[in-house]
Amino acid sequence: MKAILKHELRTYFTGLTGYIFAAFLLLFAGIYTTGICLSSGYANFEYVLGNMSFTFMIIVPILTMRVISAEKKQKTDNLLYSLPLTMTDVVLGKYFAMLILFAVPVVIIGTYPLILRAYGNVNLRMSYAALLGFFLLGAALISVGMFISSLTESQAASAGICFGVMLLNYFLVTISRMVSASAASSVIALVVAAAALSAVFRVMTKNNSWSFTLFIVLLIVILATYVFAGESFSGLVPSVMEKVSLFSRFDDMLDGVLDIGTLVFFVSVTAVFICMTVRSLDKRRWAE
Amino acid sequence: MIEVRDLTRKYGNHIAVNDLSFTLNDGHIYGFLGPNGAGKSTTMNMITGCLAATEGTVRIGGYDIFEEPEKAKALLGYLPEIPPLYTDRTPREYLRFVAEAKRVPKPEISLQIDEVMEKTKITEVADRLICNLSKGYRQRVGIAQALLGKPKYIILDEPTVGLDPLQIIEIRELIKSLGEDHTVILSSHILSEVQAVCDEVLVISDGTLLACDTLENLKERFRAAETGETSLEEIFIELIKNPEQFSAPGEETEQKDDGKYEEKKEGEERSESHSEA
Repeated sequence: MKAILKHELRTYFTGLTGYIFAAFLLLFAGIYTTGICLSSGYANFEYVLGNMSFTFMIIVPILTMRVISAEKKQKTDNLLYSLPLTMTDVVLGKYFAMLILFAVPVVIIGTYPLILRAYGNVNLRMSYAALLGFFLLGAALISVGMFISSLTESQAASAGICFGVMLLNYFLVTISRMVSASAASSVIALVVAAAALSAVFRVMTKNNSWSFTLFIVLLIVILATYVFAGESFSGLVPSVMEKVSLFSRFDDMLDGVLDIGTLVFFVSVTAVFICMTVRSLDKRRWAE
Repeated sequence: MIEVRDLTRKYGNHIAVNDLSFTLNDGHIYGFLGPNGAGKSTTMNMITGCLAATEGTVRIGGYDIFEEPEKAKALLGYLPEIPPLYTDRTPREYLRFVAEAKRVPKPEISLQIDEVMEKTKITEVADRLICNLSKGYRQRVGIAQALLGKPKYIILDEPTVGLDPLQIIEIRELIKSLGEDHTVILSSHILSEVQAVCDEVLVISDGTLLACDTLENLKERFRAAETGETSLEEIFIELIKNPEQFSAPGEETEQKDDGKYEEKKEGEERSESHSEA
């Protein structure tokens, strides 16, 4: 893992990616700090971070697009497969290299509240809680981007898909307000989800009868719940969408509530996508 | 020892490698021969763990490549068909990364890198970016990478493709010298190369193994089939066209053309050394 980590960090700092990434974050941190704290005189550094969270939509795809897709493109994945490393080593090495790269500007941004404090009454606890949330949000989004990069050979496709996913995640709350909150629509959404799950199961196992059975069982469970406890379905879809959105979870943290649930959520999302990236790399050896 | 048992690889309905079984002993240079698309690269990718097998097992020095990949891979050095190079690095940086990944002890790393660069003659380009290197040099950086960590088994997939004649001779010399303390498997569709370098030959076509024997035995068996030709080219073409014709060495035939045998062998040695030079 250490060899991969060193190798990746070197790639970021011999090329432009690392500098563009850091410069972009610092640029927006500077703009919002100037605008909110210096010009308008707010003593809340967390507002700066709240406004900045949209930059992830741009910098995460830039950072993650090449991380695995480029290995496939230049055929160096065969080297990684033939070296005495596990795919977990490879993926963790790559992930922590990105995390370190991300931590550099975050540490620099971390000095801003201290500087501001010299001139006003900044609540450091709230500032740093928000910064922690900001870092974990970034860490989760980077793991999502890394997974997307492992799905394709093309950096452009990886960046495009990643941008789309970030965008969708960012606007999920807005979209959730437009979605019908009725119990019936929730049932339809759940049935579609069950069908999708069965389809994924079918693709993975190539077993028709089991995937069909799975779909039927899910269908029965959904319909039974609807018949016997229909009220629990109302408003289900919008609230799930809201909870799934990483960005809206982060926004909740800005009010000065350090919610352990949210932190656990960010870390879990990160872990899940790291595991999925490992799987995705392992799976490539079975490609047909 | 590398043991391959019932190795099969399917791509959808297409069978790329079909029920391959062979055992490779230590201390030899093996040539893996076959026409394009015969399944050479697929087999090599499976032996090195880059590709999963549909069926069958591969054991490297007693370790199953699919069950204990880390232990098995530690014994392997692999140069895939396309050298897996990070083109934004210099050869020295690249080799350092590979050495670290192969867990070469720290104090030995620089030493080993210098050693493999010396062997593959890339010392003069050690600090130029790989993207600026010619194909020949890239190929050699790829070979250098496979040698790091002093693996017991070195697997080279078409190592001389894209090299000029002088470089080809150098690489062949290098492979021969590697044979002294490594087991080398190289694939090729250039017959003179296999003839010049290898002591045992595996012929594969359409994913099935047609022959696995020493060059001398192959020639003998071929003569036994009474076709009268003994160059590897002829054996190869004949093998691929009609593998059934090929039978175990018969005793009568050996006696029959005893005299001719000597003559031909001499003539062949001459042509062999000719093709080498």
